[in-house]
Amino acid sequence: MTMRDTTTGAVVTKIGRYTFLSVLLGFFALPMLWLASAPFNAHPTLNVSISSFTLHNFSVLLKDPYALPSLWNSLLLAGGTALLTVGFAAAAAYALSRVRVPGRDGILYALLLLSSIVTGTAAMVPLFQLAFKLHLIDSRLGVILVFTGGLIPAAIFILKDFTDSTPKSYEESARVFGATPFQIIRHIVLPLIRPGPVVNVWGSFLIPYILVRNPDKYPAAVVLYTFYTEGGQPNLALISAFSLLYSIPVILLYLFVSHRYGFRFHGGIKR
Amino acid sequence: MARAASPAAAEDPAGLGRARAAGIAAPALLVVLAFLVFPALWTLYLGTTNYRLTGFAARHPHSVGTDNYTNVVKDPAFHHSLWLTFEYVLGSAVIGQALLGFVIAWMLRDAAGWLKRLVEALVLLAWILPSSVVAFLWVALLDRDAGTLNTLLHTPGTAWAIEHPMSTIIVFNIWRGTAFSMLLYSAALTGVPPSQLATARMFGANQWQQLRDVVFPHIRGHILTNLLLISLWTFNDFTPYQITAGGPDDKSDILPVYIYRTALFDGQMGLGAAISLLMLVINLVVALVYLRLLRERRLERVV
Repeated sequence: MTMRDTTTGAVVTKIGRYTFLSVLLGFFALPMLWLASAPFNAHPTLNVSISSFTLHNFSVLLKDPYALPSLWNSLLLAGGTALLTVGFAAAAAYALSRVRVPGRDGILYALLLLSSIVTGTAAMVPLFQLAFKLHLIDSRLGVILVFTGGLIPAAIFILKDFTDSTPKSYEESARVFGATPFQIIRHIVLPLIRPGPVVNVWGSFLIPYILVRNPDKYPAAVVLYTFYTEGGQPNLALISAFSLLYSIPVILLYLFVSHRYGFRFHGGIKR
Repeated sequence: MARAASPAAAEDPAGLGRARAAGIAAPALLVVLAFLVFPALWTLYLGTTNYRLTGFAARHPHSVGTDNYTNVVKDPAFHHSLWLTFEYVLGSAVIGQALLGFVIAWMLRDAAGWLKRLVEALVLLAWILPSSVVAFLWVALLDRDAGTLNTLLHTPGTAWAIEHPMSTIIVFNIWRGTAFSMLLYSAALTGVPPSQLATARMFGANQWQQLRDVVFPHIRGHILTNLLLISLWTFNDFTPYQITAGGPDDKSDILPVYIYRTALFDGQMGLGAAISLLMLVINLVVALVYLRLLRERRLERVV
């Protein structure tokens, strides 16, 4: 500790620093307080308060015809996308690393570039028309295929490292690729399933919003939006309990990742 | 191992055969072609037609040449939307998220463990919660009659999202996306040698001088990477639609919302595609600059 730390200047700096951090905490916490309080409020308003604690709002949720099925739909979309992406990308990465294709790396880079350019937002018009022509409107498979198409290039990239480094002789690779399911899961599935893309599909709004018309097939993101935009007084008991339930898997995944690995930067790309 | 000696086996050591390899790779390639490559190319074509969602032109679209493009370029609503998008990306990403993210990373670099964890957890949570949830949280926060913000500020009856729609979505997106910049700058700051900072302090450099002379030269590449990525994501962000839906009176009609309303709400698919093409081109430019940056940095590392 030097002399300068005890001067008034340093004290002012310290006060400024903690004031700033308090304001910062307030800014980030404020919108989330409602998510923590309203679901347990017997008379939820838009304001942050708990007048009397209740779990009744969650029984409102159970009775709603769209709430729980929509969470199931979101799970199908996220799970289906993960499965198709891993399956297709693993097969392609294996084939690409075993057979020499001229310009392979260039093509892969081009596809990776394309997947960051052709976002759902920029391509919503052709994607809608494509789904329409292929009779994939109102189809969960349609939504899954759109997500899968965007994720495969990155997945192949991640997997190629692995397939390139495995022994090249047929006998030896057979040991890995004809290996026990446990080994396949450990070497192929686990490295590929990253929390980022899964959380993204779970929370995605635009693509199902334009491709799904039947409310029975709406994922949670779309159902929640209709809860507060369509007609009359929004049912805050339902919205608050549903928002929390819908967020819990993401919060749990965050806790798991930050506990297990530390939520640090590994170059994962979100959105 | 005798097989490896023949040239054919060297090209195809697994004995897979080109046909079978193609078969194995086909599903992935087909999905990518159909849902990634095709939409990009189809946008080009669609933009030259009068295709509509309903009516006669839906069944019998015909080519209108470059009409859509010239109409878009002349359309004041498009200029308005472009300008709002610029404000949104500049205000919320380039200035808001990048600056706030850096300030948080800088202040927390040697903060107490629990304080650092608490701030990081809240900032990250804002980033990873589903967009529909956070959109409604902000709708509730800003509500005219019962919103928490009006209670706190003693400004009853202020409809923030209606009176200040652009500021609303800009502040919202700062809240939503600062986590990425914070993470990136935290990682970057660990690469700044503490000895150089100590030396600068010894020579009496104040905080700003330390930042300018020691920190920024070290993290220049990270700053550029960060700005490009968050600009790209913010430019393609559809979440503001869930808060203001482009309104009131198109006052927050950023490009993604403008495309949605033109193509899928009004049903003018051809016109919507013409605007989409512009988005794709802007995305392409940003992505190419980013790739170039990565390559340069790799070269620097080699040299």
